[in-house]
Amino acid sequence: MNTSSTADIAFLLLCYFLMTTTMGSQLGLSRRLPPMPDQNQKVEDQKVNRRNIIVVKINSSDRILAGSDPIDISQLKDKVKEFLSNPAGREDLPERVPTEIEGYGTYPVSKGVISLQNDRGTSYRAYIEVQNELVKAVNELRDDFARSAFGKVYLACTEEQQDIIKKAVPQNISEAEPKDVSKRR
Amino acid sequence: MSKFGGSNNKKEVPAMTSSSLSDIVFMLLFFFMVTTQMRETENKVQVSIPQASEVVKLERKDLNSYINIGSPIRSLQAQYGTDARIQLNDSFKTVDDIRDFVAAERDSKSEADRQFMTISIRADEDVRMGIITDVKQELRRCSALKIMYSARRPSE
Repeated sequence: MNTSSTADIAFLLLCYFLMTTTMGSQLGLSRRLPPMPDQNQKVEDQKVNRRNIIVVKINSSDRILAGSDPIDISQLKDKVKEFLSNPAGREDLPERVPTEIEGYGTYPVSKGVISLQNDRGTSYRAYIEVQNELVKAVNELRDDFARSAFGKVYLACTEEQQDIIKKAVPQNISEAEPKDVSKRR
Repeated sequence: MSKFGGSNNKKEVPAMTSSSLSDIVFMLLFFFMVTTQMRETENKVQVSIPQASEVVKLERKDLNSYINIGSPIRSLQAQYGTDARIQLNDSFKTVDDIRDFVAAERDSKSEADRQFMTISIRADEDVRMGIITDVKQELRRCSALKIMYSARRPSE
């Protein structure tokens, strides 16, 4: 059988698929939004202890305020890491409550919550940059924990180990209710 | 192309056999068929997604719905202006249409998979957060809580 035309047919098919498809590279930062509060329900009981919360604000000119002082994006990660790990056991940083983790034992889990607030005029680029720094801080803490507990980095751990690490170093980033940040100034 | 023939002729090989060509092309074809997915919608907004180093891969691509946010493409700017707009499926929509969109997307998934449905927000890096906050609030109202901010790895 003459097979010289097979190549042409295959080329045609190839071109067709090249035109109609896109490379499947779905990457991104995964988040879970808080559910909408019930309107009849009062939200007073979910008051978080003041020391356990760090507020990161981005204003309309993309400047960042972490806690009470303005900060550069390059310093944000270390600030958040210090906040979450509280290595010196300071009174004004979040408490660490020893919690029983299944399969590992008790570990002092940080109660820290990062609250991210932005202005309507904040650019999306700055917002993602800040989100990225926050995730990076958590990931580095997870790596630290993974190295001390299992002797390897987080991504090299098995699924069960990753679950343990996730419980030990939770990623508590809360995207607060939209507030008009500009009005307060 | 003539180079190939030239180097072959020196050694007096009669002709290049092209029987393996089809195999090579078929291999290429299968590679592209496996690594790509069908383009579902035509982009009507310009989206250059922001960079982030800590990106993760989405586990289930089929459970993913996209919300594109950005300014309209050049050819549509005369009609719609340059202000950032939301694109759902194939047309420009407003924030109020997201509810219907989410409901339709949810219906199209099988019942067991509905809880894993993810909304991907593909927004241009120059978009202001106001429109994204509106979208997020609307998504919370329709209790589509799993979201993903599309981003790409920084090219170093």
